[in-house]
Amino acid sequence: MTNDLDLQSLILESATRILRDSCDPQTVNVAFGDGWKEPLWRDLEESGLTLCWIAEDKGGAGVPLAVGFEVLFVAGRFAIPVPLSETMIAGWLLSAADIPVPEGSITLSSQPSRQSVNVDASGKLSGTVTAVPFAGEADYLAVCAPGEGGPIIALAAMQDCTPATKSSFSGDPKGDVGLDGVIPVASAPMPFEMNEEALLMFGAAARSRQIAGALQAILDLSVSYARERVAFGRPIGKFQAVQHNLARLAGEVAAANAASGSACDTITRAGSFDETVFLEAASAKIRAGEAAGEGAAIAHQVFGAIGFTQEHVLHRYTRRLWGWRDDFGSESEWAEKLGRRVVDAGADELWPMLAAR
Amino acid sequence: MSSNAEQTLQFDQIRLPPEAQALREEVRTFLAEEVAAGTFDPHSGGQGDDFDRAFSRRVGARGWIGMTWPKKYGGHERTFLERYVLTEEFRIANAPTRGHFIADRQSGPILMKYANEDICMDVLPRICRGECCFCIGMSEPGSGSDLFAARTKAEKTEGGWRINGTKLWTSGAHHADYMIGLFRTSPPTKENRRHGLTQFLVDMTLPGITVNPVPQMTGSLDFNEVVLEDVFIPDSHMLGDVDMAWTQATSELAYERSGPERFLETFYVLVGLARVLEDNPDTRGAEGLGRLVAQLHTLRRMSVSVNGMLQAGKEPVLEGSIVKDLGTAWEQALPARARDLAAFANPQSANIPSFRKQLEHATLIAPKLTIQGGTTEILRGIIARGLGLR
Repeated sequence: MTNDLDLQSLILESATRILRDSCDPQTVNVAFGDGWKEPLWRDLEESGLTLCWIAEDKGGAGVPLAVGFEVLFVAGRFAIPVPLSETMIAGWLLSAADIPVPEGSITLSSQPSRQSVNVDASGKLSGTVTAVPFAGEADYLAVCAPGEGGPIIALAAMQDCTPATKSSFSGDPKGDVGLDGVIPVASAPMPFEMNEEALLMFGAAARSRQIAGALQAILDLSVSYARERVAFGRPIGKFQAVQHNLARLAGEVAAANAASGSACDTITRAGSFDETVFLEAASAKIRAGEAAGEGAAIAHQVFGAIGFTQEHVLHRYTRRLWGWRDDFGSESEWAEKLGRRVVDAGADELWPMLAAR
Repeated sequence: MSSNAEQTLQFDQIRLPPEAQALREEVRTFLAEEVAAGTFDPHSGGQGDDFDRAFSRRVGARGWIGMTWPKKYGGHERTFLERYVLTEEFRIANAPTRGHFIADRQSGPILMKYANEDICMDVLPRICRGECCFCIGMSEPGSGSDLFAARTKAEKTEGGWRINGTKLWTSGAHHADYMIGLFRTSPPTKENRRHGLTQFLVDMTLPGITVNPVPQMTGSLDFNEVVLEDVFIPDSHMLGDVDMAWTQATSELAYERSGPERFLETFYVLVGLARVLEDNPDTRGAEGLGRLVAQLHTLRRMSVSVNGMLQAGKEPVLEGSIVKDLGTAWEQALPARARDLAAFANPQSANIPSFRKQLEHATLIAPKLTIQGGTTEILRGIIARGLGLR
């Protein structure tokens, strides 16, 4: 038996190797067409990463939630351009609801609390699922809908749905998916006593971890570049103004890392999606989102004109960072909710809430 | 030097252990009793730096000064995370800790590392009892951030050293029983301009020491000029190796930089803002408050993590510097942001007048927050070095 830490490092090494081989941002950036996508997805599937949160007796890798969140950090470091996190989250929910998880990629709405989807008596779906990452591209869609005995989760084949893919910041497709008349492949009550709000918290934590990984990558890129690029007779990293910008970038990277790590850790240990998880998930998404904006701006400033070109790899990260800010609640949406909770609880409860852990 | 570029910033997941949270309850009870007795007012800022020797003695009697230190020096061998909880509760309450906090945070640890056993046995137990106040003698008229420009001289003489020069901006020198002073014992060398400085333990009652107040813009009398004229310090009071202070100064910085006092100095403004917004906040107020809370929560998670890593024997020096850089910038910006967010609050709110008072105080002290204990510019230089850029 391997212990958890050994398991974690094995899985993260494997994830890093696959992504380095099949999803190197520089290679992908200059590739013609999408020919890299299929082998990448195949490698991810074969490694078990796509189904890593599914229990072993249900055909998955049975990886602990904590380790899966770290896989998402690694995915962020490679500006992941396929629905890995979406498939992981959907697979986790579906399998826990005892729905057999099919091969292929699965996506879900990045605005789970804002959906107006209905299920009729025959099980037919209607309505539209909005803000779905990889909307036209994924093979399946996991849908949350209100059921008679509480929220349900349904699995629909994308080919039965009507995806209207819009462009997104990232260059990855994202859009609304029409469900009218769609008969789901399967449906079941939502597991873990989860509802749309809880799914929003889980998604926020997961996306924040991905943001933190991408931020770490642009810090690494920016520092390397500042050490190599010579201007005015010295590497630009020797100039105090550039050093201070990079120090600020490191601060943003650190904040996103700490906030997202804490939220994921809290979810891993929590028995339910309670007030504690809310504070952690909200803070992670707010702070990681802010860091994404600040960090991307600093990295672009360090790289100058070259970083603004199609040819350069930086935009693969920064465009996704900007896009990921909007998934599973933007900074402003979370902040307004958090602010109202603080006020409702009363000013005297603010410190006890923060100091509880 | 190898590249740090591939090194991930590390924040271990640290949760405060049950004994630390149990201590928190004890501390809250103690502070509530002190407030009830009229020792201090928890709702107004600016008392965190206040000097109250009797209060410090009571804190010492509870075993809450030098609490991580060895028992033989009067300490209690408790964990950094327990000290962490204590520090944040005292700071949140605006308790008057000036009489012991500097000694507890940095002077005591320096003595333990560099002073001889006799001095440790003499001074450290007194610090733990809350009877011994320290100040830090670093800045000079021509030497602030540029520590290595210090000119106050220590000249070797029979059995000791003769000190001449002036220290400036020395917080709390007028109360202090001791100073840990940084003095020039040799000229800098060509290869190393940091060479030639030595740390000494200075008894503030020695003949030749004059402390002159330098009033601050807030009206506070915290700053001092300390003039040293032919002050004799015995050999036994030299700390560490002669001329080598620069190697000593860096090792404990993670402790000094990453504590909760580096982002909680203006916390009362945030509570005040929540109070002002209490009935039916507008969207902007709620959103702004939410962001501030998320940012503070994140800073605290970072700070707890760094302290937990220190407890585990790691050296998160880069992470510690980042906590202070982000933390001090945040606590400095807080008053202005709270002012904006309260602008459209119900003007009839009974909480407005006290909030305005808090705001005024916090706005006035805000400029010092990114200067004291290492300026933002110095910190960012240190972070850049940690990134492999210098």
